[in-house]
Order: sequence, then C-alpha cells, then structure tokens
Amino acid sequence: MAADQNTDALFRPLTKQQVVPLAERPSLTYFQEVVRKLIKNKLAMAGFLLIVLMVVMAIIGPHLTPYSYSEQSLLDTNQPVSAEHWFGTDDLGRDMFARTWYGARISLTIGVVAALIDLVIGVTVGGIAGYWAGRGKKGDRIDTLIMRVIEILYGLPYLLVVILLMVVMEPGLLTIILALSATGWVGMARLVRGQILQLKSQDFILASQVLGASFTRILLKHLIPNTIGVIIVNLTFTIPSAIFSESFLSFLGLGVQAPVASWGTMTNDALGVILTGDWWRLFFPGLMISLTMFAFNVFGDGLQDALDPRLRD
Amino acid sequence: MARYLFKRFLMMILTLWIIVTLTFAVMHLIPGDPFASESDRLPPQVLANLQAKYHLDQPLPVQYGIYLKNLLSFDLGPSLKSDTRSVNDMIGDGFSASATLGLQAIVIALCFGILFGIIAALNRNKWPDYLFLGLAVVGIAIPSFLMAPLLINFLAIKIPLFPVATWGTWMHTVLPSLALAFSPLAIITRYMRSSMIEVMNQNYIRTAEAKGIPTALVVIRHGIRNAILPVVTFLGPLIASLITGTFVVEKIFAVPGIGKYFVDGIFNRDYPVILGTTIFYSTILITTILIIDIAYTLIDPRIKLSSREG
Repeated sequence: MAADQNTDALFRPLTKQQVVPLAERPSLTYFQEVVRKLIKNKLAMAGFLLIVLMVVMAIIGPHLTPYSYSEQSLLDTNQPVSAEHWFGTDDLGRDMFARTWYGARISLTIGVVAALIDLVIGVTVGGIAGYWAGRGKKGDRIDTLIMRVIEILYGLPYLLVVILLMVVMEPGLLTIILALSATGWVGMARLVRGQILQLKSQDFILASQVLGASFTRILLKHLIPNTIGVIIVNLTFTIPSAIFSESFLSFLGLGVQAPVASWGTMTNDALGVILTGDWWRLFFPGLMISLTMFAFNVFGDGLQDALDPRLRD
Repeated sequence: MARYLFKRFLMMILTLWIIVTLTFAVMHLIPGDPFASESDRLPPQVLANLQAKYHLDQPLPVQYGIYLKNLLSFDLGPSLKSDTRSVNDMIGDGFSASATLGLQAIVIALCFGILFGIIAALNRNKWPDYLFLGLAVVGIAIPSFLMAPLLINFLAIKIPLFPVATWGTWMHTVLPSLALAFSPLAIITRYMRSSMIEVMNQNYIRTAEAKGIPTALVVIRHGIRNAILPVVTFLGPLIASLITGTFVVEKIFAVPGIGKYFVDGIFNRDYPVILGTTIFYSTILITTILIIDIAYTLIDPRIKLSSREG
C-alpha cells in the first residue's frame, strides 16, 4: 500500500511552488551577488576594513593626543617613540602621531576628491566620445576630435601643467586637487570610451534597438550597468595614485604648504633621517602611504572579481 | 607595411609639432623669466644684451619661429642658465645616466616579473602563487620614494654592499635600478599571472599536453607567447618614462640624469631646456609605442597593422 502511494506521489504533476525551488537556487540580485562574493574574499575585506580604519583615524586621530599637529616645541625635537609621543616627534618637536593622522585627512581628501573629479569629467567625455564614434561622418569627427585632445594632453608634460596651475593660482589644497585632475581624467575617459565602443557592437544592444528601446533606456539599462563595474574598479586605483602624485609634488616643494602636513610632505621632510637614524619620522608616514595603497589595491582587486559575472561560483 | 609606417611617421611629426606648440605656450604662460635672479645684480644694458642674445626681446611668435627653424636642424638651442653648454649637450649627458638606470630596471622588471608571473600561474592557489602575489602587492604598495631610502638603509648603510649618493662606477647604478624596477616588476608579475592563467585554460594548451609535449615546452612554446601581450602593452609607456629619467629616484641617489634637468629647467624658466627635454621625451614615447605596435604583429600574427586605431 505504502509503496503504491509513493509511486503515486512520484508521478503526480508538480505544482508551481514545488517547481521553483527545484529548478533554481535562491535568486539573488546582481548587487546582492557582488556583496556576497566580496564578503567571502578575505583579502578584499581586510583592505576594506583598513580603509575604514584610516578614515576613522583621520577623523578622530588628531584628537586622541593632547598635542596639535603644528605646535612646535624646540625642547622635544627628534624624540623617539615613547608613552608621551606615540609616534615620536619631528625636527621641530611636533608630535608625529597628531601629524600622521592630520596628514591622513589631507592625503585622503586629495585622493578622494581628485578621483571623483576625474570620474565625473572622464565618464562624461569618454561617454560622449564613445556615443558619437561610428555614428556617421559627423559622429566620427566628434570622436576623433576628443581623442586627439586626449592624446595631446597625454603627451604634454604633466609637471608643466601642474606648475602652471600652482603658480597662477594660490598654493593650497584646492590648487593641488585641480592640478592633479587637470590631466588625471584622461585615463578614465579612454577607459569609458573603450567600454562603450565594445558594448555598442554587441548583439544585445542591437536587439534592444530593434525592439524599439529609446536611447535613454539603452543608456540606463545596458550601457551604465555594464560599465559601472570597470569604472568603480578604476576609481579604487585612482585614489591611491592621486595620493602618490601629491607625494611626488611634495618632493618638488609643490605640495601643501607648511604648517599643513600631508603624508607626502612628511616623507619628503624625513628623507634625511637615513643618515641620522631617526627612523620613526620616515616610518610612520611611509607606512601609512603603503598601507593605503595596499588597502585600495586589494579592495579594488576583490571588487573587480566580484563584479565580473563570468566568475560566478 | 611601408605605407603604414610612412603614415605613422607623418602622424608622429604632427603630434610632436602640436606638443611643442602647446609646451611653448604653456611655459610662457608661467609668470617669471629666466634672468629673474640676476636682474638685481646686473646692469640694465647687460640684461638687455642677454635678452637680445637669446631672442627674448622679440615677440613670442618670432621666438617660436626661430625655435622651430633651429629644431629642423636638430638644434635644441643654448641653455639660458649655463653659458657653455647647449641643451643638446645636457640631454646627451643626462640621457646616458638615465638610460643606463632605465634599461637595467626594465631588464630586471621584465625577467623577474615574467618568471614570477609564470610560476604563480602554474601553481595557482598554492604557496608559490601566494608568495609572488604577496610580493607583487608589496611592490605596488611601496612607492619608489620609499623604496629608495629603504634600499639605501639596508644595502648601503646596515650592510655596506653598495656605495651611495655618488655616481661613477657600475656599482653606483645597482641600487637606483632596483628602486626603479620594483613597482614595474610587481605590475608585470600580476599581468603575467592573470593572462597566463587564462591562456593555460585554452583548448590548444590541452591539445599540446594531450600530444605528450613536456610541460616546460608547452609553457615556453604556447603559453608565454600568447600570454605576453598585456605585458607588451604596458611596456610602451614604461620604457619611455624609465629611460628618460625619473626625477625622484635621481634626486635621492644624486644621479645626474635627465629628470633633474627637466625639473630644474621648469623652476629656472630655462625655456630651451624645458622644450628640449619635452621634445626628447615625447619622441621617445611615440617611437616606443610604434615599436610596441610592430612587436605585437611579430608576437601574434593574428594582429595586423592598420592605420585606423582607437
């Protein structure tokens, strides 16, 4: 009897509710899938936590010690690491702990703001070029014009442009950010144009056009979702490179002006310590630059893998 | 091929001309003049003579014309800050130092980068992979201006293997070359690893293995050749920027390279030096990119040279 019932159950048509759980795993949106993969990636999460930690310390760090970043004390110059001065002091007796986290504010601000400006200009210009490319004679002409401008900006010595801006405008945080983005958006523009060009030639865009989708719909439904990953990943690499460029400008004496400190100016000021042995003056700002680079790079890598739909597991 | 090269050559000349013109305009937009520091001490007549000698009293379009005319005979003009040396001399001197460092750095980065990348790819998710990937991440995280002091501290002061901060023998070139090589090495390792992993999953690799070809030969004959393209792309701008000098490493190691002349030129408003080094750098950059494009077709015969490029 029991066996009969079982066979019966086996050959009964399934109801809809029964079919769905059999055929699919729980359905996740693309975004949920990305987050799930990102959380599983330990290295990327370590990078993410490091970035959060850096930001938090940049906000509260300078308040954790009674010393200010700019207060000089000629009695306490070049003090080693101690309970009093957690990161030691520099050649003017300024507390390195306060300076390091104050420098984090400046460096991170420069990195994030410069990267965001690059993003806005680069995506707009690259998007326009990619949209017009291959759209008749007029379109090709617009695309060629934009690409030529980009090529020339690429060839122009970047330092010359930066110094021009620095001399013409008054030195300061804003000037440095503008100088960095003046030529920095070029890479993003090339990337976005390349992506759009590649996507435009694919069949699903053609299918969408054939079905009568408007340009806005294609842009919002297909072009942006398919390029956003590459753009975000590029952003995570632009931020450390902007911090790096600011350090480079500090080497030329074109960075932020004293008493304002960034990791770049602190490292540059400390180069002489190789001979005197005051290692902490180079170590802490150098460590912070390296940790930030590391954090953004591994997080960017993890994000790249997570956003790639071909790597679904 | 010849037609293509001729077309590319014409484009190169055009690009160079635009870069020269823009650099000329931008550098004259920067306030200040080359004799600013001397102008208090020198009598006005001497200053006027100096201006006249270097055509600085002429209107800008005339100066521009004179410069272009001299450029046609490869004369980059005199340096305004040095009475005896021309810009050609300066570039000649600086380039030999910068190119030595740059070429050594590229050789180190290429050899080890490709090797590490291959080893990591072939041992995916095993310890050699983690080791070299870790090394690559460290290489990217430590910028050259931190790498240089670290190298000096450990390999010149703690263990006095190499001399520091002078220039002369080959031993002096080792540390700066290492400092320059470190981050390109890391980047090449990562490019090589990811493209090698992709290539080793291809059907033709499986075919080669199925035919019983030893792994080493499969990797050398089929793997590397197909996997090396991304590295070659990255190489173009890298070669140009490394052999024409990088200011920071040259400054830290006191190398008399071309990067120093360029930066000093900008700060001194030494117009011919700025233009000369810019032209030199752009020429090298454009030429390397052309050579790389030709190299593509040699490495991968499926790629064809065509005048239409993105």
